Amino acid sequence: MTNRIDYYTMKKYTYTEKKDTRSGFGAGLLEAGKKNPNVVALCADLIGSLKMGDFKEEFPDRFFQVGIAEANMIGIATGLAIGGKIPFTGTFANFSTARVLDQVRQSVAYSNKNVKICASHAGLTLGEDGATHQTMEDISMMKNLPNMVVINPCDYNQTKAATLAIMDYVGPVYLRFGRPKVPVFTPENQEFVIGKALMINEGADVSIFATGHMVWKAIEAGELLAEQGIDAEIIDIHTIKPLDNEAILKSVAKTKSVVTAEEHLRNGGLGDSIAQLLALNNPTPIEMVAVDDKFGESGTPDELMTKYGLDTIDIVNAALKVVKRK
Amino acid sequence: MTEIKQLQDFATQVRRDILRMIHAVSSGHPGGSLGAADFVTALYQNIMDQSPSDFTMEAKGEDVFYLSNGHTSAMWYSILARSGYFPIAELGTFRKINSRLQGHPTTAEGLEGIRVASGSLGQGLSVAIGHAQAKKLDGDNHIVYTLHGDGELDEGQIWEAAMYAGAKKVDKLISTIDYNKKQIDGPTDVVMNLGDLGAKWEAFGWHVLQMNGNDMSDILKVMAEAKAATGKGKPILVLMHTQMGYGVDFMMGDHKWHGTAPSDQQLADALAQLPETLGDY
Repeated sequence: MTNRIDYYTMKKYTYTEKKDTRSGFGAGLLEAGKKNPNVVALCADLIGSLKMGDFKEEFPDRFFQVGIAEANMIGIATGLAIGGKIPFTGTFANFSTARVLDQVRQSVAYSNKNVKICASHAGLTLGEDGATHQTMEDISMMKNLPNMVVINPCDYNQTKAATLAIMDYVGPVYLRFGRPKVPVFTPENQEFVIGKALMINEGADVSIFATGHMVWKAIEAGELLAEQGIDAEIIDIHTIKPLDNEAILKSVAKTKSVVTAEEHLRNGGLGDSIAQLLALNNPTPIEMVAVDDKFGESGTPDELMTKYGLDTIDIVNAALKVVKRK
Repeated sequence: MTEIKQLQDFATQVRRDILRMIHAVSSGHPGGSLGAADFVTALYQNIMDQSPSDFTMEAKGEDVFYLSNGHTSAMWYSILARSGYFPIAELGTFRKINSRLQGHPTTAEGLEGIRVASGSLGQGLSVAIGHAQAKKLDGDNHIVYTLHGDGELDEGQIWEAAMYAGAKKVDKLISTIDYNKKQIDGPTDVVMNLGDLGAKWEAFGWHVLQMNGNDMSDILKVMAEAKAATGKGKPILVLMHTQMGYGVDFMMGDHKWHGTAPSDQQLADALAQLPETLGDY
């Protein structure tokens, strides 16, 4: 650890508003529809929740309401893709993955179809609906499917950019986003490169790899760590698969300690992927901020993030612990 | 219009292929394959508008077929090869290592004629609906055909798809049920009674036709009727009555031939009943 007590190392991030990432998806989908006439959208009776209403209004012929029948939705999307369309399916994350895992596996992933599985209300932060709707296993299921790309953007602007980027990518994609309003801190109209990690803050003492809603919490943690003289490198891993191995290994070679942060179970999540990469290439002390083999429960998003150990302070404590293990 | 006799001869050769392919690797599903061979032969040799030598995934300006009960792959491979999708000699690689002819159909190996993997049951109807909707968006008036096992109707996704196609008036879709009344564990009446299938599909908003799937004349007649009924606001369902194992006397009507390969002697006995009409692969 370098001695930086006297000065503050963290790049300043500010935001003027909070917005939900699902609205970034809705805005991106509308723009995608305007850019490419082959873009079509399907929804399983959750147009409002997925923010697909604007697309439906603008392109009624290219919008397919399938009712509460997610397996059928995945199949119809597959057929639309075979016919040359670029289908985006929309429902909650649990119903986009666990409910239809075999349909996604055989019809989409194994058949390598150009289907974009877009999933809202991922993780704990949908709040009061409780564990039936709070999937924290979805990344695990999707990343385990060969051919599947897995993306978990961090704010409104990045989700919108990701939605446009997956339109141009040919192949199956799982795009994961959420319900709570979170700070919008990445630039408007940014270029989103699938599989390319985003440097948030360069640092020397510890690498914090965060995804989704946890990226802003990692920034808050970085500020607190800087006050304690720890210079954290913070990297947004918006693409969990394919993982940006090069960026991760480069960062770890410098910091020699790692914290991962995700709104997901530890089993099968981002931390799991990074631990595997490091074990094979550069064994390094690692702490994982994730949920430990538990289902969620009802509560406000903030209460749940605290109770399940996914708060800013949890990232700070993980960093303090891991730098001592170097 | 290919003559009935020519279609029958083609189907007889397909039956020889099925038995030889399955026997060669001691694995596969002869019963359903033999039963549906006449219908799928008629589709590829007479009914569908297609370009076998110029296969495209999108199939713009062509009719398409989805085999939802993928375990009858030997039948489909034989018909695809003999219709010009890929070399007939490749049938000899069925279910072997490094083959494009996987146990169940797949796009992973780039085999011409296959548009989606099938095997895990119940998924093909949804995919077919999606392709039909894509054609509608493109103003392409061609028809999407499907084949399903009757046992496959146990799967819930089939009924999700049936409800959708009826409600949304997907009317360039002709789906066929191979109604041989047999599944792995026994008669469908025992495993899961399907009830009045025609009434069920009608209640879901489909136009239902009945057909003898082992009678080439009836197949052509009913499928012409089915085609004439497309574009009128309803999907078409053909309840195709067949016998599992049709064409081989000791296999006919017996569910044990769902997934059992013939022995050397059984193969010889079966082939003796099926003259070589187009030349073995």
